[in-house]
Amino acid sequence: MTAMSDAPTQSFRLSMLLYDTRYRGYTIQFIVILFVVLAVGYLVSNLFANLAEQGVVLTYDFLEQPAGYDINQTLIEYNNQSSHLRASVVGALNTLLVAAMACVLATILGVFAGILRLSNNWLVAKLMAIYVEAFRNVPVLIWIIIINTVVTSVGSSPRVFLTRGGSVEPESSLFLGMFAFTNRGLYIPSIGLGSGWLVVLLAFVAGILGFFAWRSYVKKKLFQEGSLLPAWPAWAILFGPVILAMVLLPGALTILRPDVASNNFNIQDGVLLGRPLLALWLALSIYTGAFIAENVRAGILAISKGQTEAAAALGLRPGRIMNLVILPQALRVIIPPLISQYLNITKNSSLAIAVGYADITATLGGITLNQTGRAIECVLLLMLFYLTISLSISALMNVYNNSVRLKER
Amino acid sequence: MSDTHAQTVAFVRETEIPPSPPPASEAGVIKWLRENLFSSIANSILTILGLIAVYYIVVGLGPWLANSIWQSDSLAECREILDGANGACFAVIRERWNQLLFGFRYPVDEYWRPALAFVLLFVAILPVLFSHLPRKLLIGTALYPFLAFWLIWGGSVLIPIVALLGFVVGAVAYSMISARSFVGAIAAAVIAAAATWWAGGLLLRIGADFLALRAVPSRDLGGFMLNMILGTVCVSLSLPIGIVLALGRQSNLPIIKVLCVIFIEFVRGVPLITLLFVASVILAYFFPPESNLDLVLRVIIMITMFASAYIAEVIRGGLAALPRGQYEAADSLGLDYAQSMRLIILPQALKISIPGIVNVAVGLFKDTTLVAIISMYDLVGLIRGPILASTDWNGVYWELWSFAALLFFVICYGISQYSQWLERKLATDHR
Repeated sequence: MTAMSDAPTQSFRLSMLLYDTRYRGYTIQFIVILFVVLAVGYLVSNLFANLAEQGVVLTYDFLEQPAGYDINQTLIEYNNQSSHLRASVVGALNTLLVAAMACVLATILGVFAGILRLSNNWLVAKLMAIYVEAFRNVPVLIWIIIINTVVTSVGSSPRVFLTRGGSVEPESSLFLGMFAFTNRGLYIPSIGLGSGWLVVLLAFVAGILGFFAWRSYVKKKLFQEGSLLPAWPAWAILFGPVILAMVLLPGALTILRPDVASNNFNIQDGVLLGRPLLALWLALSIYTGAFIAENVRAGILAISKGQTEAAAALGLRPGRIMNLVILPQALRVIIPPLISQYLNITKNSSLAIAVGYADITATLGGITLNQTGRAIECVLLLMLFYLTISLSISALMNVYNNSVRLKER
Repeated sequence: MSDTHAQTVAFVRETEIPPSPPPASEAGVIKWLRENLFSSIANSILTILGLIAVYYIVVGLGPWLANSIWQSDSLAECREILDGANGACFAVIRERWNQLLFGFRYPVDEYWRPALAFVLLFVAILPVLFSHLPRKLLIGTALYPFLAFWLIWGGSVLIPIVALLGFVVGAVAYSMISARSFVGAIAAAVIAAAATWWAGGLLLRIGADFLALRAVPSRDLGGFMLNMILGTVCVSLSLPIGIVLALGRQSNLPIIKVLCVIFIEFVRGVPLITLLFVASVILAYFFPPESNLDLVLRVIIMITMFASAYIAEVIRGGLAALPRGQYEAADSLGLDYAQSMRLIILPQALKISIPGIVNVAVGLFKDTTLVAIISMYDLVGLIRGPILASTDWNGVYWELWSFAALLFFVICYGISQYSQWLERKLATDHR
């Protein structure tokens, strides 16, 4: 039997910092930290030297001053006497508005195009391939400008819709009696809140809660007793209360159509989606839809045919194969890139400045920056805003990814 | 007695009947139509909708293209020639061709220089794209950046030569010492290169006019050339930086990891346009007043930062996709970190990441148009600004924008097709 000899106890030598793997990590990190601190220190000292030379102090006081410019599309109260801060908030809300609208439309377009590109219909598959390739391979800025040009040149003057109190036969009538597409933008009906609208809202919320409660009850029943309840009550619970509330309180919610009769120069009432918003919304949706189509296609192709066949062999009906076997697997592939496309939409919405839509880049990073000359403060705030959105969406995505991750050993 | 009725039956066929042609509905065009366009009611509806869409596109675009006019000096003249008919006025592209490609300030006599650099770009990039070409061509690729710089920006030929010489001297110093000490070799390379550049700087003062091309300042660059320059420079610079960032993010040294994560997440969290704002209005504050970085250089710095964060994430995906066994195998062979990365991990990880890297490269090339927002005259800025604002061509939207779109489409589609080809070629696994 051989006795294990102890490793010779060494005293610490300086060369071990470089050649001993136990210490080398510390040396490398120390050098990197040193370089980073030196570089950042150099840049920041330059910054302060330059600022001192120009006699500028970093301050956010300018946010309190009146902005002095008008914004054509606002979600909250705003006039040109409001502060720069309020202008930035208007811009931030506008960014979120166009991003949310574009996310919805892009998803619809993308899912349709992705599925149709896999269709066995030659013509449709080719058309969708052309759509996807054309939009994926041309800069989004060019598409925004092109679609803005289309929206501008296709829309007619609001005048052609006007009836002047019923005295004139209008050249064109409202689409479905509710929508007017003009060169100022798209007029859509607004919803008027009468007395009792809160009841309708509560009924709607109750319906949603009831819907999920019923679903989990069905699931519990199925797993415990093996009896499958029908699916239709879920939909009845979802829509029943809100329909009932609307029937009982007829004046709670009213649809206000764009009014073409009361004014001789412009359409009244309704909501105007301004031309810049419309152009940006369509452009971002169609552009990102092409990317989402590719994600959807990849997700569907990632599920091997064996899965469908195995599910069929177990005796599942086609609808249940889709719901229980294919979709859960395909969604795991589709949703992460889908969410990063949503992030891209939010970031690309900063190109609003090219069509004159007042998002946060155009207000805070554009007019406010140019008027006050506070470049560093404005751009920092701008970055902070986008970072907050991106990081919170990424955090949500990580939660989702962890919940659907394949549980492996 | 045989059971056959050979003698009793009047006729026995001795040869096979030639196969009869398939029914008309199961052959040729009709079969194809039935299978691919009208296989079910839903499919037939889709086909008809598709045909209607194609019809409207053809009716809308057909006459516009067919009546297009290539010879005219202004939109008004175009309209006169068209005389009310629907037609495109592509004459603007012919008349402004040089502006669209080179910008409106690049000296006219020197157009051959960027054009030559553009052609040489393909020569330089070919051995990178196609690995079966002789490897010696890579020398040309290494020389290309210096040559292209000289051609586009002009100035004395000594500038690129000194820059190149610095790299060569550094590489020689590295290879001489690297066998003994890695750190020493790096230090020697940096010192040798710096010394060469310093000495070269002295030489440049004397020979500033030696073989000098007419110098063109960066602010005179423009048009599609600017997009190409920004795209190629930023992609090629961001690849190595991205690899380093990805390795840093996967490293087990906590401080390095945190630094890389902060950089990557910060850059990926903000839109490129805010980084370009930084380049145009803020970045100058961070350098000494006398340094005078020009706008193109500042934009290159910011776009490279942007692209390297995205490339780092793609490569991190490739690194994470490698089975743990590869890392352990490299360790058990006794390779150190640099060797195991260079010989085992990165070749595989980069191969997996190729589609992602190409996607980032295409996206980045498209995003170079964003410099138009900070008032640089790239292709988009040039069309939006000088051309559409000129009295001759005010209102020629469709022709110009479709030309710009087509230019980008050709290049981006080409790159993505190449990437798919490469993916098939590199696929060594069996599916």
